[in-house]
Amino acid sequence: MQTAPAAIQRTPLHDVHVALSAKLVEFGGWMMPVQYGPILDEVRTVRSTAGLFDLSHMGRVVVRGKDRVAYLDRICTNHVAKIPQGSIRYSLFCKDDGMPIDDLLVYQGVDEVFLCVNASNTAVDLAWMREHAKGFDVSIEDQTQALAMIAVQGQESGAILQPFCTGLELAKLGYYKFGFGAVCGIEGMRVSRTGYTGELGYELYVPRERVVEVWNAVLAAGAPRGLRPIGLGARDTLRLEAGMPLYGHEIDATHDPVSAGLSFGVSFAPEKGDWIGKSALAAIAATPRWKLVGLETEGPRVPRQGHGVAIDGALVGAVASGSVSPTLDTNIGTAFVPASVDEARAKVEIDIKGKRQEASFRALPFYSRTRK
Amino acid sequence: MRPNDRRYTETHEWAKIEGEMIVVGITDHAVQALSNGNIDDLVYCDLPESGLQIEAGQTFGEIESVKAVSDLNAPVGGEVADVNAAIEDHLEVLSKDPWGAGWMIKIKPQSKNLDHLMDAKKYEEFLAAQAH
Repeated sequence: MQTAPAAIQRTPLHDVHVALSAKLVEFGGWMMPVQYGPILDEVRTVRSTAGLFDLSHMGRVVVRGKDRVAYLDRICTNHVAKIPQGSIRYSLFCKDDGMPIDDLLVYQGVDEVFLCVNASNTAVDLAWMREHAKGFDVSIEDQTQALAMIAVQGQESGAILQPFCTGLELAKLGYYKFGFGAVCGIEGMRVSRTGYTGELGYELYVPRERVVEVWNAVLAAGAPRGLRPIGLGARDTLRLEAGMPLYGHEIDATHDPVSAGLSFGVSFAPEKGDWIGKSALAAIAATPRWKLVGLETEGPRVPRQGHGVAIDGALVGAVASGSVSPTLDTNIGTAFVPASVDEARAKVEIDIKGKRQEASFRALPFYSRTRK
Repeated sequence: MRPNDRRYTETHEWAKIEGEMIVVGITDHAVQALSNGNIDDLVYCDLPESGLQIEAGQTFGEIESVKAVSDLNAPVGGEVADVNAAIEDHLEVLSKDPWGAGWMIKIKPQSKNLDHLMDAKKYEEFLAAQAH
Protein backbone atom coordinates (compact mmCIF):
# COMPACT_ATOMS: atom_id res chain seq x y z
CA MET A 1 0.00 0.00 0.00
CA GLN A 2 1.29 3.40 -0.96
CA THR A 3 0.88 6.19 1.55
CA ALA A 4 1.83 9.79 0.93
CA PRO A 5 4.58 11.02 3.21
CA ALA A 6 2.96 12.86 6.09
CA ALA A 7 3.66 16.58 6.29
CA ILE A 8 6.05 17.55 9.05
CA GLN A 9 4.03 18.99 11.91
CA ARG A 10 4.81 22.06 13.98
CA THR A 11 3.97 22.41 17.64
CA PRO A 12 2.01 25.48 18.78
CA LEU A 13 5.31 26.74 20.26
CA HIS A 14 7.12 26.68 16.90
CA ASP A 15 7.38 30.46 16.53
CA VAL A 16 8.56 30.75 20.13
CA HIS A 17 11.43 28.35 19.43
CA VAL A 18 12.36 30.28 16.29
CA ALA A 19 12.38 33.52 18.28
CA LEU A 20 14.65 31.84 20.86
CA SER A 21 17.08 30.96 18.01
CA ALA A 22 16.63 27.24 18.54
CA LYS A 23 18.16 24.80 16.10
CA LEU A 24 15.14 22.91 14.77
CA VAL A 25 15.21 19.38 13.39
CA GLU A 26 12.63 16.85 12.25
CA PHE A 27 11.92 14.32 15.00
CA GLY A 28 9.11 11.76 14.96
CA GLY A 29 7.28 13.69 12.26
CA TRP A 30 7.58 17.05 14.03
CA MET A 31 9.91 20.04 13.75
CA MET A 32 11.42 20.19 17.21
CA PRO A 33 14.09 22.26 18.96
CA VAL A 34 17.19 20.09 19.34
CA GLN A 35 19.05 22.84 21.20
CA TYR A 36 18.84 26.53 22.05
CA GLY A 37 22.50 26.78 23.05
CA PRO A 38 25.31 24.30 23.73
CA ILE A 39 23.77 20.89 24.47
CA LEU A 40 26.08 20.10 27.37
CA ASP A 41 25.25 23.42 29.03
CA GLU A 42 21.57 22.58 28.71
CA VAL A 43 22.16 19.27 30.49
CA ARG A 44 24.00 21.08 33.30
CA THR A 45 21.17 23.60 33.60
CA VAL A 46 18.59 20.88 34.24
CA ARG A 47 20.88 19.13 36.75
CA SER A 48 21.62 22.36 38.64
CA THR A 49 18.49 24.56 38.37
CA ALA A 50 15.65 23.80 35.96
CA GLY A 51 14.74 23.46 32.29
CA LEU A 52 11.61 24.08 30.26
CA PHE A 53 10.73 21.59 27.51
CA ASP A 54 8.21 21.60 24.66
CA LEU A 55 6.86 18.04 24.49
CA SER A 56 3.88 18.78 22.28
CA HIS A 57 5.10 16.20 19.79
CA MET A 58 4.24 13.37 22.22
CA GLY A 59 0.99 11.52 21.54
CA ARG A 60 -1.89 12.06 24.00
CA VAL A 61 -4.81 9.63 24.03
CA VAL A 62 -7.85 9.28 26.30
CA VAL A 63 -9.64 5.95 26.73
CA ARG A 64 -13.17 6.02 28.14
CA GLY A 65 -15.97 3.50 28.54
CA LYS A 66 -16.84 0.84 31.09
CA ASP A 67 -14.41 -1.75 29.67
CA ARG A 68 -11.45 0.67 29.50
CA VAL A 69 -9.38 -1.05 32.20
CA ALA A 70 -10.03 -4.59 30.94
CA TYR A 71 -9.26 -3.43 27.42
CA LEU A 72 -6.01 -1.73 28.42
CA ASP A 73 -5.01 -4.78 30.46
CA ARG A 74 -5.33 -6.75 27.22
CA ILE A 75 -2.97 -4.50 25.21
CA CYS A 76 -0.65 -3.13 27.92
CA THR A 77 2.22 -5.03 29.51
CA ASN A 78 1.65 -3.50 32.95
CA HIS A 79 -1.30 -4.28 35.22
CA VAL A 80 -3.67 -1.37 34.60
CA ALA A 81 -6.37 -2.55 37.04
CA LYS A 82 -3.83 -2.27 39.87
CA ILE A 83 -2.94 1.37 39.18
CA PRO A 84 -4.55 3.51 41.91
CA GLN A 85 -6.60 6.49 40.83
CA GLY A 86 -4.32 9.51 40.49
CA SER A 87 -1.28 7.35 39.83
CA ILE A 88 0.80 6.74 36.72
CA ARG A 89 2.65 3.63 35.59
CA TYR A 90 5.14 2.86 32.84
CA SER A 91 3.90 0.28 30.35
CA LEU A 92 4.42 -0.94 26.80
CA PHE A 93 2.30 -2.11 23.91
CA CYS A 94 3.79 -5.32 22.55
CA LYS A 95 2.93 -7.64 19.69
CA ASP A 96 2.34 -11.35 20.13
CA ASP A 97 6.07 -11.98 19.81
CA GLY A 98 6.72 -9.74 22.83
CA MET A 99 8.37 -7.04 20.74
CA PRO A 100 7.28 -3.49 21.57
CA ILE A 101 5.19 -1.26 19.36
CA ASP A 102 5.78 1.58 21.81
CA ASP A 103 6.25 2.46 25.46
CA LEU A 104 3.94 4.81 27.29
CA LEU A 105 2.72 6.29 30.55
CA VAL A 106 -0.72 5.24 31.81
CA TYR A 107 -2.67 7.73 33.97
CA GLN A 108 -5.52 6.13 35.98
CA GLY A 109 -8.33 8.68 36.14
CA VAL A 110 -11.76 8.53 37.75
CA ASP A 111 -13.71 7.72 34.59
CA GLU A 112 -10.97 7.67 31.98
CA VAL A 113 -7.46 6.43 31.41
CA PHE A 114 -5.04 8.89 29.85
CA LEU A 115 -2.04 7.70 27.84
CA CYS A 116 1.10 9.54 26.80
CA VAL A 117 2.92 7.83 23.90
CA ASN A 118 5.88 8.55 21.64
CA ALA A 119 5.52 11.02 18.78
CA SER A 120 7.00 8.71 16.18
CA ASN A 121 4.61 5.89 17.12
CA THR A 122 1.36 7.76 17.76
CA ALA A 123 -0.29 6.81 14.47
CA VAL A 124 0.76 3.16 14.79
CA ASP A 125 -0.41 3.09 18.43
CA LEU A 126 -3.83 4.49 17.55
CA ALA A 127 -4.28 1.98 14.74
CA TRP A 128 -3.23 -0.86 17.06
CA MET A 129 -5.55 0.35 19.81
CA ARG A 130 -8.54 0.63 17.47
CA GLU A 131 -7.84 -2.76 15.94
CA HIS A 132 -7.93 -4.40 19.37
CA ALA A 133 -10.89 -2.46 20.74
CA LYS A 134 -13.42 -4.77 19.08
CA GLY A 135 -15.64 -6.43 21.65
CA PHE A 136 -14.82 -3.88 24.36
CA ASP A 137 -17.08 -1.00 25.39
CA VAL A 138 -14.47 1.72 24.98
CA SER A 139 -13.95 4.96 23.14
CA ILE A 140 -10.52 6.16 22.06
CA GLU A 141 -9.91 9.86 21.61
CA ASP A 142 -6.71 11.27 20.17
CA GLN A 143 -6.02 14.53 22.02
CA THR A 144 -2.59 15.13 20.49
CA GLN A 145 -3.75 18.20 18.58
CA ALA A 146 -6.13 19.61 21.21
CA LEU A 147 -3.57 19.44 24.00
CA ALA A 148 -0.03 20.73 23.99
CA MET A 149 2.51 19.52 26.54
CA ILE A 150 5.37 21.18 28.36
CA ALA A 151 7.65 20.03 31.15
CA VAL A 152 9.58 21.83 33.86
CA GLN A 153 12.40 19.62 35.14
CA GLY A 154 15.01 20.24 37.80
CA GLN A 155 15.27 20.97 41.49
CA GLU A 156 13.81 24.48 41.08
CA SER A 157 10.77 23.23 39.13
CA GLY A 158 8.32 23.17 42.04
CA ALA A 159 9.30 26.63 43.28
CA ILE A 160 8.96 28.02 39.78
CA LEU A 161 5.59 26.44 38.98
CA GLN A 162 3.76 26.62 42.31
CA PRO A 163 2.95 30.38 42.15
CA PHE A 164 1.06 29.72 38.89
CA CYS A 165 -1.08 26.98 40.41
CA THR A 166 -4.44 27.29 42.15
CA GLY A 167 -5.95 24.29 43.88
CA LEU A 168 -2.84 22.23 43.27
CA GLU A 169 -0.09 21.79 45.83
CA LEU A 170 2.89 20.51 43.87
CA ALA A 171 4.97 19.64 46.94
CA LYS A 172 2.26 17.14 47.93
CA LEU A 173 2.17 15.50 44.51
CA GLY A 174 4.11 12.23 44.81
CA TYR A 175 6.40 10.75 42.19
CA TYR A 176 4.35 9.34 39.28
CA LYS A 177 1.16 10.96 40.61
CA PHE A 178 -1.01 13.50 38.83
CA GLY A 179 -3.64 16.05 39.73
CA PHE A 180 -5.81 18.74 38.19
CA GLY A 181 -5.90 22.41 39.02
CA ALA A 182 -5.78 25.88 37.56
CA VAL A 183 -2.43 26.87 36.07
CA CYS A 184 -2.07 30.46 34.85
CA GLY A 185 -5.80 30.71 35.45
CA ILE A 186 -6.55 27.85 33.05
CA GLU A 187 -8.96 25.54 34.87
CA GLY A 188 -8.71 21.77 34.98
CA MET A 189 -5.17 21.41 33.75
CA ARG A 190 -3.56 17.99 34.12
CA VAL A 191 -0.20 18.18 35.93
CA SER A 192 1.92 15.11 36.63
CA ARG A 193 5.10 14.59 38.59
CA THR A 194 6.84 12.77 35.80
CA GLY A 195 9.69 13.43 33.44
CA TYR A 196 12.50 12.05 31.39
CA THR A 197 15.47 13.59 33.15
CA GLY A 198 15.90 11.88 36.52
CA GLU A 199 15.20 15.19 38.29
CA LEU A 200 12.28 16.51 40.30
CA GLY A 201 9.92 17.74 37.64
CA TYR A 202 6.44 18.20 36.31
CA GLU A 203 4.68 17.67 33.00
CA LEU A 204 1.77 19.92 32.09
CA TYR A 205 -0.97 19.21 29.55
CA VAL A 206 -2.04 22.60 28.25
CA PRO A 207 -4.88 23.51 25.87
CA ARG A 208 -3.19 24.12 22.53
CA GLU A 209 -4.37 27.72 22.21
CA ARG A 210 -3.01 28.68 25.66
CA VAL A 211 0.41 27.03 25.64
CA VAL A 212 2.40 30.00 24.30
CA GLU A 213 1.04 32.13 27.12
CA VAL A 214 1.90 29.49 29.75
CA TRP A 215 5.39 28.90 28.29
CA ASN A 216 6.22 32.61 28.24
CA ALA A 217 4.89 33.23 31.75
CA VAL A 218 6.76 30.27 33.27
CA LEU A 219 9.99 31.07 31.43
CA ALA A 220 9.94 34.73 32.48
CA ALA A 221 9.17 33.90 36.11
CA GLY A 222 11.68 31.05 36.25
CA ALA A 223 14.59 32.78 34.55
CA PRO A 224 15.87 34.41 37.78
CA ARG A 225 16.04 30.91 39.30
CA GLY A 226 18.04 29.66 36.33
CA LEU A 227 15.22 28.22 34.21
CA ARG A 228 16.16 27.94 30.53
CA PRO A 229 14.49 26.33 27.51
CA ILE A 230 16.02 22.90 26.82
CA GLY A 231 16.05 20.99 23.54
CA LEU A 232 15.71 17.34 22.64
CA GLY A 233 19.50 16.91 22.40
CA ALA A 234 19.97 17.53 26.12
CA ARG A 235 16.79 15.60 26.88
CA ASP A 236 18.31 12.51 25.26
CA THR A 237 21.46 12.81 27.37
CA LEU A 238 19.43 13.45 30.54
CA ARG A 239 17.27 10.37 30.00
CA LEU A 240 20.30 8.20 29.23
CA GLU A 241 22.12 9.36 32.36
CA ALA A 242 18.96 8.54 34.32
CA GLY A 243 18.82 5.05 32.76
CA MET A 244 15.53 5.59 30.95
CA PRO A 245 14.81 3.77 27.67
CA LEU A 246 14.08 5.41 24.33
CA TYR A 247 12.00 3.64 21.69
CA GLY A 248 14.23 2.91 18.71
CA HIS A 249 17.23 2.39 20.99
CA GLU A 250 16.72 0.20 24.08
CA ILE A 251 13.37 -1.12 22.81
CA ASP A 252 12.00 -1.56 19.32
CA ALA A 253 10.59 -4.24 17.02
CA THR A 254 13.60 -6.49 17.76
CA HIS A 255 14.45 -5.50 21.36
CA ASP A 256 12.01 -6.70 24.01
CA PRO A 257 11.37 -4.96 27.34
CA VAL A 258 12.48 -7.86 29.55
CA SER A 259 15.98 -7.96 28.02
CA ALA A 260 16.07 -4.16 28.24
CA GLY A 261 15.63 -4.33 32.02
CA LEU A 262 12.08 -2.97 31.96
CA SER A 263 10.38 -5.83 33.81
CA PHE A 264 8.95 -3.29 36.27
CA GLY A 265 6.61 -2.35 33.40
CA VAL A 266 5.60 -5.95 32.65
CA SER A 267 3.11 -7.87 34.81
CA PHE A 268 2.65 -11.62 34.74
CA ALA A 269 0.14 -11.43 37.64
CA PRO A 270 -2.62 -14.06 37.15
CA GLU A 271 -5.31 -11.44 37.92
CA LYS A 272 -4.26 -9.47 34.85
CA GLY A 273 -5.35 -12.38 32.71
CA ASP A 274 -4.00 -12.99 29.25
CA TRP A 275 -2.55 -10.10 27.28
CA ILE A 276 -0.85 -9.59 23.95
CA GLY A 277 2.77 -10.67 24.15
CA LYS A 278 2.50 -12.30 27.58
CA SER A 279 3.58 -15.83 26.70
CA ALA A 280 6.45 -14.64 24.51
CA LEU A 281 7.77 -12.33 27.24
CA ALA A 282 7.32 -14.99 29.91
CA ALA A 283 9.49 -17.32 27.81
CA ILE A 284 12.16 -14.62 27.43
CA ALA A 285 12.07 -13.92 31.18
CA ALA A 286 12.50 -17.65 31.89
CA THR A 287 15.56 -18.02 29.67
CA PRO A 288 16.95 -14.58 28.82
CA ARG A 289 19.48 -14.44 25.99
CA TRP A 290 20.34 -10.75 26.18
CA LYS A 291 20.69 -8.10 28.81
CA LEU A 292 21.11 -4.34 28.73
CA VAL A 293 24.25 -3.05 30.43
CA GLY A 294 25.73 0.36 31.11
CA LEU A 295 29.13 1.22 29.62
CA GLU A 296 31.63 3.96 30.24
CA THR A 297 34.45 4.54 27.77
CA GLU A 298 38.10 4.95 28.65
CA GLY A 299 38.86 7.05 25.56
CA PRO A 300 37.60 10.10 23.73
CA ARG A 301 35.13 8.37 21.45
CA VAL A 302 31.45 8.39 22.26
CA PRO A 303 29.50 5.14 22.07
CA ARG A 304 26.87 5.39 19.33
CA GLN A 305 23.91 3.20 18.44
CA GLY A 306 25.11 0.40 16.19
CA HIS A 307 28.71 0.31 17.39
CA GLY A 308 29.80 -3.22 18.16
CA VAL A 309 30.58 -4.45 21.67
CA ALA A 310 33.41 -6.93 22.18
CA ILE A 311 33.54 -9.13 25.25
CA ASP A 312 36.97 -10.65 25.94
CA GLY A 313 37.86 -9.79 22.36
CA ALA A 314 34.85 -11.36 20.64
CA LEU A 315 32.30 -9.16 18.91
CA VAL A 316 29.04 -10.28 20.51
CA GLY A 317 26.96 -7.20 21.36
CA ALA A 318 25.82 -3.79 20.16
CA VAL A 319 25.49 -0.29 21.55
CA ALA A 320 21.88 0.89 21.96
CA SER A 321 22.46 4.51 23.04
CA GLY A 322 25.43 6.69 23.78
CA SER A 323 26.31 10.21 24.78
CA VAL A 324 28.84 12.52 26.24
CA SER A 325 27.80 12.79 29.89
CA PRO A 326 28.60 16.17 31.43
CA THR A 327 27.15 15.02 34.74
CA LEU A 328 29.50 12.04 35.03
CA ASP A 329 32.28 13.74 33.06
CA THR A 330 32.78 10.74 30.80
CA ASN A 331 31.21 9.10 27.75
CA ILE A 332 28.41 6.66 28.51
CA GLY A 333 26.24 4.21 26.66
CA THR A 334 23.85 1.32 26.95
CA ALA A 335 24.49 -1.93 25.13
CA PHE A 336 22.95 -5.35 24.62
CA VAL A 337 25.30 -8.21 25.49
CA PRO A 338 24.62 -11.92 26.01
CA ALA A 339 22.88 -12.56 29.32
CA SER A 340 25.72 -14.91 30.32
CA VAL A 341 28.34 -12.11 30.41
CA ASP A 342 29.88 -11.72 33.86
CA GLU A 343 30.28 -7.97 34.28
CA ALA A 344 32.63 -8.36 37.22
CA ARG A 345 35.20 -10.26 35.16
CA ALA A 346 34.65 -9.64 31.46
CA LYS A 347 36.81 -7.24 29.47
CA VAL A 348 34.62 -4.98 27.37
CA GLU A 349 35.51 -2.86 24.34
CA ILE A 350 33.51 -0.78 21.90
CA ASP A 351 34.13 -1.53 18.24
CA ILE A 352 33.94 1.57 16.06
CA LYS A 353 34.30 0.53 12.42
CA GLY A 354 36.88 -2.05 13.39
CA LYS A 355 38.76 0.15 15.86
CA ARG A 356 38.50 -0.98 19.45
CA GLN A 357 38.14 1.40 22.36
CA GLU A 358 38.44 0.24 25.94
CA ALA A 359 35.35 0.54 28.07
CA SER A 360 34.10 -0.62 31.44
CA PHE A 361 30.76 -1.74 32.81
CA ARG A 362 28.83 0.69 34.90
CA ALA A 363 25.65 0.06 36.88
CA LEU A 364 22.39 1.48 35.52
CA PRO A 365 21.14 4.09 36.06
CA PHE A 366 24.30 6.13 35.55
CA TYR A 367 22.78 8.96 37.56
CA SER A 368 20.29 9.02 40.40
CA ARG A 369 19.20 12.22 42.11
CA THR A 370 18.43 10.39 45.33
CA ARG A 371 21.61 8.29 45.30
CA LYS A 372 24.20 11.01 44.68
CA MET B 1 35.06 35.83 1.43
CA ARG B 2 36.88 32.59 2.11
CA PRO B 3 40.48 32.08 0.92
CA ASN B 4 40.78 32.03 -2.87
CA ASP B 5 44.08 30.12 -2.84
CA ARG B 6 42.33 26.75 -2.62
CA ARG B 7 39.31 24.76 -3.81
CA TYR B 8 36.26 23.43 -1.97
CA THR B 9 34.07 20.31 -1.91
CA GLU B 10 30.31 20.11 -1.41
CA THR B 11 31.01 18.25 1.85
CA HIS B 12 32.94 21.28 3.15
CA GLU B 13 36.54 20.14 2.81
CA TRP B 14 39.14 22.44 1.29
CA ALA B 15 42.14 21.42 -0.85
CA LYS B 16 45.22 23.57 -1.47
CA ILE B 17 48.24 22.91 -3.67
CA GLU B 18 51.49 23.14 -1.72
CA GLY B 19 54.47 22.07 -3.81
CA GLU B 20 53.95 18.43 -4.78
CA MET B 21 51.26 17.99 -2.12
CA ILE B 22 47.56 18.74 -1.72
CA VAL B 23 46.81 19.98 1.79
CA VAL B 24 43.31 19.13 3.05
CA GLY B 25 41.19 20.57 5.83
CA ILE B 26 37.58 21.48 6.61
CA THR B 27 35.96 24.87 6.24
CA ASP B 28 34.80 27.26 8.93
CA HIS B 29 31.25 26.42 7.83
CA ALA B 30 31.83 22.72 8.58
CA VAL B 31 33.24 23.55 12.01
CA GLN B 32 30.31 25.84 12.77
CA ALA B 33 27.74 23.27 11.64
CA LEU B 34 29.34 20.50 13.70
CA SER B 35 29.88 22.51 16.86
CA ASN B 36 26.91 24.88 16.66
CA GLY B 37 29.34 27.63 17.47
CA ASN B 38 30.44 25.95 20.68
CA ILE B 39 33.88 24.44 20.22
CA ASP B 40 33.47 22.21 23.29
CA ASP B 41 30.81 20.36 21.28
CA LEU B 42 33.60 18.80 19.18
CA VAL B 43 34.78 15.68 20.94
CA TYR B 44 36.95 13.66 18.57
CA CYS B 45 38.75 13.66 15.26
CA ASP B 46 39.93 10.41 13.74
CA LEU B 47 42.63 10.82 11.08
CA PRO B 48 44.32 8.08 9.00
CA GLU B 49 47.90 6.84 9.12
CA SER B 50 50.41 8.07 6.57
CA GLY B 51 50.68 5.72 3.62
CA LEU B 52 46.94 5.17 3.16
CA GLN B 53 45.89 5.08 -0.48
CA ILE B 54 42.63 6.91 -1.07
CA GLU B 55 40.35 7.70 -3.96
CA ALA B 56 38.73 11.07 -4.52
CA GLY B 57 35.50 11.22 -2.52
CA GLN B 58 36.54 8.39 -0.23
CA THR B 59 36.32 8.77 3.54
CA PHE B 60 39.72 9.37 5.16
CA GLY B 61 38.54 10.04 8.70
CA GLU B 62 35.74 11.06 11.01
CA ILE B 63 34.97 14.07 13.11
CA GLU B 64 32.64 13.69 16.04
CA SER B 65 30.58 16.25 17.91
CA VAL B 66 28.37 15.78 20.95
CA LYS B 67 25.43 14.62 18.85
CA ALA B 68 26.82 13.51 15.50
CA VAL B 69 29.63 11.85 13.60
CA SER B 70 30.60 13.19 10.17
CA ASP B 71 32.83 11.65 7.52
CA LEU B 72 35.89 13.48 6.23
CA ASN B 73 36.11 13.01 2.46
CA ALA B 74 39.20 13.18 0.29
CA PRO B 75 38.97 15.93 -2.36
CA VAL B 76 41.55 14.13 -4.52
CA GLY B 77 42.95 10.64 -4.81
CA GLY B 78 46.47 9.67 -3.89
CA GLU B 79 48.59 8.64 -0.94
CA VAL B 80 48.28 10.20 2.51
CA ALA B 81 51.80 11.59 3.01
CA ASP B 82 51.42 13.53 6.25
CA VAL B 83 48.84 13.80 9.05
CA ASN B 84 48.28 16.65 11.49
CA ALA B 85 47.95 14.37 14.50
CA ALA B 86 48.06 17.34 16.89
CA ILE B 87 44.41 18.07 15.99
CA GLU B 88 43.20 14.98 17.81
CA ASP B 89 44.16 16.52 21.15
CA HIS B 90 43.56 20.14 20.18
CA LEU B 91 40.23 20.30 18.39
CA GLU B 92 40.01 24.02 19.21
CA VAL B 93 42.51 24.69 16.42
CA LEU B 94 39.73 23.83 13.96
CA SER B 95 37.74 26.86 15.00
CA LYS B 96 40.71 29.16 15.62
CA ASP B 97 42.47 28.55 12.32
CA PRO B 98 40.62 26.17 9.98
CA TRP B 99 42.58 27.47 6.96
CA GLY B 100 46.10 27.06 8.37
CA ALA B 101 46.97 25.30 11.63
CA GLY B 102 43.77 23.25 11.31
CA TRP B 103 44.97 21.35 8.21
CA MET B 104 44.26 17.61 8.51
CA ILE B 105 46.21 15.62 5.92
CA LYS B 106 48.60 16.11 3.01
CA ILE B 107 47.96 13.95 -0.03
CA LYS B 108 50.58 13.06 -2.62
CA PRO B 109 48.08 13.18 -5.47
CA GLN B 110 47.69 11.16 -8.63
CA SER B 111 47.05 14.52 -10.27
CA LYS B 112 47.33 18.07 -8.98
CA ASN B 113 44.29 19.10 -11.00
CA LEU B 114 41.61 20.61 -8.75
CA ASP B 115 39.26 21.71 -11.51
CA HIS B 116 36.54 19.33 -10.31
CA LEU B 117 36.25 21.35 -7.09
CA MET B 118 34.58 24.72 -6.40
CA ASP B 119 36.55 27.94 -6.16
CA ALA B 120 35.83 30.33 -3.28
CA LYS B 121 33.16 32.23 -5.19
CA LYS B 122 31.32 29.06 -6.20
CA TYR B 123 31.56 27.71 -2.64
CA GLU B 124 30.01 30.91 -1.28
CA GLU B 125 27.18 30.54 -3.78
CA PHE B 126 26.80 26.87 -2.83
CA LEU B 127 26.50 27.79 0.87
CA ALA B 128 24.01 30.56 0.09
CA ALA B 129 21.89 28.15 -1.94
CA GLN B 130 22.00 25.57 0.88
CA ALA B 131 20.81 28.11 3.41
CA HIS B 132 17.48 28.37 1.55
